[in-house]
Amino acid sequence: MARQRTRASRASILGIAGAVCAVLLAACGGGSSGGEASPSASLDPNADLSKQSIVVSNWDAYMDPDVALKFTDTTKANITVAKHATNEEIVGKLTAGGDPGIDVAFVSGQYAQALNEAGLLEPIDPKLVPNLANLYPESKNLAFDPGNKFSVPYAWGTTGICYREDLMSAPPTSWNDLLNPAPENVKKTLMLATQPWMNLPAAKALGFSANTTDQGQLDQIKQQLLKTKPTLLGFDDVTFYERLASGEVNMAVAWDGWCNYSGDPNVKFVVPKEGADLWADTMVVLKSSKNKEAAMAYINFMIGDEMQSWMTNNILYKSPNKAVAEKAAAELGADYPNIAMTPADLAKGEGLIDLGEAAKIYQQIATEVQAS
Amino acid sequence: MPALTYLIVLMVVPLTLVIAYAFLTAGRFGGVQGPVTLDNIGRLFEPLYLGILVSSVVNAGLATFFAFLIGFPAALAITRLPATWQTAALVAVVLPFWTNFLIRTYAWIILLNREGILSDALGLVGLGPVDFLYTRQAVILGLTYAYIPLMVLPIYASLQRLDPTLLEAARNLGAGPWRRFRTILLPLTLPGIITGCLFVFIPSLGNFVIPELLGGGNSQMIGNLVRDQFLKSRDWPFGSALALMVLALLVVIVMFQASASRRTRRWGA
Repeated sequence: MARQRTRASRASILGIAGAVCAVLLAACGGGSSGGEASPSASLDPNADLSKQSIVVSNWDAYMDPDVALKFTDTTKANITVAKHATNEEIVGKLTAGGDPGIDVAFVSGQYAQALNEAGLLEPIDPKLVPNLANLYPESKNLAFDPGNKFSVPYAWGTTGICYREDLMSAPPTSWNDLLNPAPENVKKTLMLATQPWMNLPAAKALGFSANTTDQGQLDQIKQQLLKTKPTLLGFDDVTFYERLASGEVNMAVAWDGWCNYSGDPNVKFVVPKEGADLWADTMVVLKSSKNKEAAMAYINFMIGDEMQSWMTNNILYKSPNKAVAEKAAAELGADYPNIAMTPADLAKGEGLIDLGEAAKIYQQIATEVQAS
Repeated sequence: MPALTYLIVLMVVPLTLVIAYAFLTAGRFGGVQGPVTLDNIGRLFEPLYLGILVSSVVNAGLATFFAFLIGFPAALAITRLPATWQTAALVAVVLPFWTNFLIRTYAWIILLNREGILSDALGLVGLGPVDFLYTRQAVILGLTYAYIPLMVLPIYASLQRLDPTLLEAARNLGAGPWRRFRTILLPLTLPGIITGCLFVFIPSLGNFVIPELLGGGNSQMIGNLVRDQFLKSRDWPFGSALALMVLALLVVIVMFQASASRRTRRWGA
């Protein structure tokens, strides 16, 4: 979920701009407390959408560039598209107080959870989002929001190891293959610099939750990372797929869609046997929205076949829309193995949730490991 | 009066906010809340953070030193050019600034990686492959490269003001090149050199993009730490405390610079 990564079309992600933006970004984090959202006045299913207009904030290049035209054609509602670079940026805007002037925001799941705890989100009205019926049941039962009470998934995925099949004597099957590498892989591995994904391999290898907040477990994770660091080439969130393509590294921890950006058929993706995470990027409706019917219609439109096909074909993330995902698996699965993952496999991953106060401890571990 | 407004809006207000934040507690989504606390200041003295500060100062200091080693001869060479060529040379010095900073840094990744041009070239003469990327050296190189124009320009300006007859007289009286450099060029351009050093040191110290892209987590700097507190930990108070620590360091350095240039003015008089 959470990405601090920039979403971008395949073409542009290969370019510098995508890489560059990702660096500037933020990632996950957390806090505590806050009241749950409660339903406000019920929405009118017969509202005249042509009189409504909404503002949607999304990561740059994460949806069909013609979305505004197509949405207005379909629903008659007016739409303005705004951009945010990171989860932190949009959450900052939405929690600053007052009317943020945004009706629908794209945020990663654990951020949706936090926004809901802060009482800022309008409950999703399933009557106004009939396309929910087309989503995989697994995608409607994610840890941060079981039953889509306040968020609807736009894309989902997991984290694993991208590796060079042709350069390794045996493909990796365990996080330990990367954390405690064989001599042939020493200084030929990369890990992600962003939490919670920096912790994830060690957490899973040690049998802990990806969301652990137990101090003793976090200490063990840190010890493993300190031990792993001298065997790494480095931490890289931005250009790791290029390091794989050039053969500088044999393995890199990676969000699943990103292996594909290397453009190299020898780069394969595996979810290690100890398991990994399950993230989702979601859409939420703000309680402050004055055009909630159009906002719900927008979410419905975005999980429909046309927009989901665009997303999975261009971003190479997995679609929660069953028909779209199955078609993509058949058409793209051979070239992009992550697209072929079944929802059952995906749902084996542990759903990431808001870490609350522990976000500070996670970041402290990242700082200590990098400073070691 | 406009100057005072400018000072208050752009300097006093933000600084007051940073100072106030440093003594508060982190909020749920970033931001700050009560109670007032000294914890953030206390954390600054943990060895982890002091260590990163020291290594940042060393990185920025080395970048400044190398920028001087390259920048001074470059500025000198420019002043020796015919007037029209001087303009062209100065434009060339500034030219990289017309390209996005991140793209220029990204270019270094292409040059420095194990399969990159530099490593390949060394490989041809039997010295490669070499890992330059994700090293501290790469960070220092990146910082030096990024800010060299800021070293060249002030040194060029003070060399321009230098009376060439002084160097001529020294030569006529038998001073060799080293002596002319040491007793005339260096002292009389010292204000420019110090300005150039500050212009390189200060942004180098706060840079977080180069350590992240070229250092690959092997050379964190204080800028990364401040950025992480605001964008990753949502710990604005500690981020503010870190920023204050850097600010205090810079105030000391600028005061040193001010007194140094006062001294050089006295010598000049």
